[in-house]
Amino acid sequence: MDIDLITNILYATVRTGTPLILVALGEMVCEKSGVLNLGQEGMLLMGAVVGFMAAVTTGSLFVAVLLAIVAGILMSLLFGFLSITLVSNQVATGLALTIFGAGLSAFLGSSYVGVGITGIEPMSIPLLSEIPIIGKIFFQQDPLVYLSFILFGLVFWIFKSSQIGLKIRAVGENPEAANAMGINVHKVRYLAVIFGGAMTGLAGGYLSLAYTPLWAEGMSAGRGWIALALVVFASWKAERIMLGAYLFGAFSIMHLVMQGLGFEVAPNLLAMLPYIATIVVLVLLSSDHMKTKLSAPMSLGVPYRPQV
Amino acid sequence: MFNVSLKLEKRPSDSQTMSFLSPLLAILLTLICGGILFALLGHDPLEALYTFFISPLSDAYGWAELGIKVAPLLLCATGLMMCFKAKIWNIGAEGQFIMGGLGGSWAALQFMDASSSWVLVPIMLTGMASGLAWAAITAYLKTHFKANEILTTIMLNYIAVNALLWAVHGPLKDPQGFNFPESALFVDTTLLPLINEDYRLNISIFFGLFAVVAVWTLMSRTWVGYQIQVLGEDAKAARYAGFKENQLTWFALLTCGALAGLAGVSEVTGPIGQLIPSISPGYGYAAIIVVFLGRMNPIGLVFASMLLALTYMGGEMVQMEMALPKSLTGLFQGMLLFFLLACDLLISYRVVLVKKMLDKKVSPSATVDAA
Amino acid sequence: MARLALTGITKAYPGCIANQDVSLEVKAGEIHALLGENGAGKSTLMKIIYGVVKPDAGTFLWEGQAITVNGPSHARSMGIGMVFQHFSLFETLTVAENIALGLPKEEGRDLAALSKRIKEVSQHYNMGLDPERYVHTLSVGEQQRVEIVRCLLQDIKLLILDEPTSVLTPQEVKGLFKTLNTLSEEGCAILFISHKLDEVTELCHGATILRNGQVSGDCNPQQVTSADIARMMVGNDTPLSEDYVKAEGKEAVLSIRELDYRSDDPFASPLHKLSLQVKAGEILGIAGVAGNGQDELMALLSGEERCEKKAINLLGEDIGDLPPGLRRKLGFAFVPEERLGRGAVPDMSLQQNALLSSSHLGLINKGLINFAKVSEYAQNVITKYKVKSAGLSAQAKSLSGGNLQKFIIGREIEQNPKLLVCSHPTWGVDIGASILIRHALIDLRDRGAAILVVSEDIDELYQISDRICAICHGDLSPIKKTQEVNIETLGQWMAGQFGDESAGPTEGEPAYV
Repeated sequence: MDIDLITNILYATVRTGTPLILVALGEMVCEKSGVLNLGQEGMLLMGAVVGFMAAVTTGSLFVAVLLAIVAGILMSLLFGFLSITLVSNQVATGLALTIFGAGLSAFLGSSYVGVGITGIEPMSIPLLSEIPIIGKIFFQQDPLVYLSFILFGLVFWIFKSSQIGLKIRAVGENPEAANAMGINVHKVRYLAVIFGGAMTGLAGGYLSLAYTPLWAEGMSAGRGWIALALVVFASWKAERIMLGAYLFGAFSIMHLVMQGLGFEVAPNLLAMLPYIATIVVLVLLSSDHMKTKLSAPMSLGVPYRPQV
Repeated sequence: MFNVSLKLEKRPSDSQTMSFLSPLLAILLTLICGGILFALLGHDPLEALYTFFISPLSDAYGWAELGIKVAPLLLCATGLMMCFKAKIWNIGAEGQFIMGGLGGSWAALQFMDASSSWVLVPIMLTGMASGLAWAAITAYLKTHFKANEILTTIMLNYIAVNALLWAVHGPLKDPQGFNFPESALFVDTTLLPLINEDYRLNISIFFGLFAVVAVWTLMSRTWVGYQIQVLGEDAKAARYAGFKENQLTWFALLTCGALAGLAGVSEVTGPIGQLIPSISPGYGYAAIIVVFLGRMNPIGLVFASMLLALTYMGGEMVQMEMALPKSLTGLFQGMLLFFLLACDLLISYRVVLVKKMLDKKVSPSATVDAA
Repeated sequence: MARLALTGITKAYPGCIANQDVSLEVKAGEIHALLGENGAGKSTLMKIIYGVVKPDAGTFLWEGQAITVNGPSHARSMGIGMVFQHFSLFETLTVAENIALGLPKEEGRDLAALSKRIKEVSQHYNMGLDPERYVHTLSVGEQQRVEIVRCLLQDIKLLILDEPTSVLTPQEVKGLFKTLNTLSEEGCAILFISHKLDEVTELCHGATILRNGQVSGDCNPQQVTSADIARMMVGNDTPLSEDYVKAEGKEAVLSIRELDYRSDDPFASPLHKLSLQVKAGEILGIAGVAGNGQDELMALLSGEERCEKKAINLLGEDIGDLPPGLRRKLGFAFVPEERLGRGAVPDMSLQQNALLSSSHLGLINKGLINFAKVSEYAQNVITKYKVKSAGLSAQAKSLSGGNLQKFIIGREIEQNPKLLVCSHPTWGVDIGASILIRHALIDLRDRGAAILVVSEDIDELYQISDRICAICHGDLSPIKKTQEVNIETLGQWMAGQFGDESAGPTEGEPAYV
């Protein structure tokens, strides 16, 4: 296995990891405020289909990405209304969102199957892309990948040293106490949920506009769920999400690695790897009960009813 | 001056009426929304709704087709009902179904020379065992590692799909099949007996009805069923009573796996007749909706299965007659669940109109706990 | 002029009067104790001072001015700070971040400057705090310091502390007292809520004692004995113990030998080499303020928690590691303190709830529930114990507290247990039901059962117990015949002062019969 192959594999890893990063970062912010949104898979598909439809209809990839984000936001608003304002069970509502999103996206996209577009092209960053190896891997990607880097930085900064991050964490920890401090719990949670929706919409747009410029029913193949596991795996820390996402991304492109190593393994068996890896990770994590308890936002998944 | 707003107020106790009405209300809202959707697509809403919901049942053949779809839904939903009553969120009926079909297909392919239909017994059992084994993974992970069952079962679903693809492209592919990713067609003795020669309806519908009666009896009349209910309702009381949570978890998950597996093997030895890349149009997920819609009681489950089965047929019907996409099925199912969740809130909460007088300062009411 | 002067404060809730005509005065620089048992009305009074609750009647004078407190933020802006018993901290945030959230926006913004202030203030008051540490890494005592410093950063005039020493080690208590003394010397008024007499006599300049919602006395703790204070807390007369004939137990049914228990939960109380015996035909009562190990002891007895096999012996069998079901088969029955959501399943019917702990009575045949027998059992309980309900199919949560408690007690007693353990059997229960429950317990005792009762109701314990003791900080006092223990002694036992008779008899044998 030579250097070029390794570089190519890592290059592909970054591409594959990007949607996971976006969804996981968005869900992380959402969960840090105490809201568990299991509807990621459905929102991802909606982002993908809306983005694709917009690209075909308007011919503008930029507008397509924007509309994908909007789709994610609208879906998450629906979720937010049910689970925050109507205080519904977050698990059931999230599942409903996934099933609904899958159904709606399949319906909307039915006449777009098989349609081709020119997707988002890679854009090399001058100078940085000249660096041997690293340049190819990180700086010859398409603009949405660069956006994921920026968004990572943003989320990282939010929780490291900003007031808003503090408020979000407070709400997620102990909404009653946060309310007593004068923080508007509902407002903070809505913002967090919407941010998650926007990120997931963007990730969906990435899938259908950049990663594989096409639309197919269920094309997200469980990435939304993997991203959910990723958030737990990363102990709700942004930097670990980055790492974990690329790791999972690597699992998804095992066929390249195997080819490089000269092995012939049935592609369907390899396709199982990301899911098996997710289970392994969940098992390893959950057995360390105390640690998960410490890193998880205390009020995660618990509906908050303000005492009037 | 008044300030009027809507507020959700908790009812003193759950409304039984709403519990019954909520699914009906949800269905009504779904129909209205569906009608609007059809109108937006340029079709007469009433005609479209008729095509979707009524036409498929316009003849006996239609009813038989409904029966073929009700069977797997009912089997899966019955198993899921047990899990959900214990508050075990098993989203893996789809994967358990697929593994049942996979295992059952393997068994069916061993009996290509069989002359008696008794071979169906080992075939069905293999299917059930496969689904059971798949659920056992989840049970093990949950009881030993406290791994969240929602995530593990979903991952297992995806793995199962890939296992199926691997099998039809590889070991179970028909050697004489022109390289299509399909198994050989099953011989007659390995197919489920039909109820009537003219229709495709087979005895799996009896499996489903039997299962729902059996599980319902278990849940309502036996000690095991009682323990499962207490565990789901109030874990603290279950602890107080000394119920063994782990054992009950295994029991619920394994039963569900076996039933979903039975549904899977019935599908491949029934209407499909072989193993192909996709043996489930999402029955495992639709079954979840059946459980919620059917209010976890046997009659409700049967009716809800019929409704969900109808959505599949409706999707096919509008595709044939009105050139609309088949994915309307998934859309209707999703809408149904959403509306159901929204309407269910009315069981525990009441919508009230709150009038606040704006000129008087409203003093915050005291917290109710006394010294 | 007092800093805070309350007069005639009254607050009633449906079913009980939490505060009745309460008056309290705290001067600047005074450390004033507010004493009383659980249910005496202390927390309601505190909530009134802090603005969480509005009184029905009475005046609130702050530095001579009549005032209405609109809410906690108003109280804070007045200079009233409160440290709750259960902290409202965010565990995964740092000390500085936690404090920042509690301050108005401008002050909270600059974390670096805030950290500096935190260090200065905490040093000044002898409470070393590192602003950068995460709250979950702090000990409970250190967490309390964060709460206190949060109050101190806001120009404090009255500091209210709710049972502050219940979670502190003796050394930390000393440290806290030093801090409070510094504060008081600087002119801050301190309201110190407690039930611990020795601390009150050591620290406080004044004390107001509440009993059943009313002021039962006030004094200067420096000038009276803790026995005097105990008497004010529990009443002047030792309650009549002659309502029921006292019995003497025969052979031991339950033996607890040197039971040691520790939990990871910082709020849980450990048990220290606890030993006791309960005999057939007697009722043993354990008095004590909540949170001193009773919950843990109950869970270990019921089987919800396990311990060393030998530590608990029932009728000759070591059962420390047995699950609840097997203990019941040996003749054990248990009435927990939580009726809804442990003793009974709220949404299930009475018929269904009857089966919860009585399945070993032949109500199950080959795995099938014999509904006729279950209904018979349930109906028997309902009739015999006069449970007012809409019938067998009534949901448990639809019953009043008293009726549900009667049902649960009935369900357990009708199992004819050899050992019945009851935790707070008449808590929150109306008089009529309480009398019936006590009759039932005495009746069961007279039929030869051994009964262990844990309660905070001292009157009740005097009425029904044949022998009595108290638990404090996981240690058990000596166990004596009820007639031989007067109220002052019991009060002292509850406060942890076991006198020269040391607690924890050796070799599992009670030192006194």
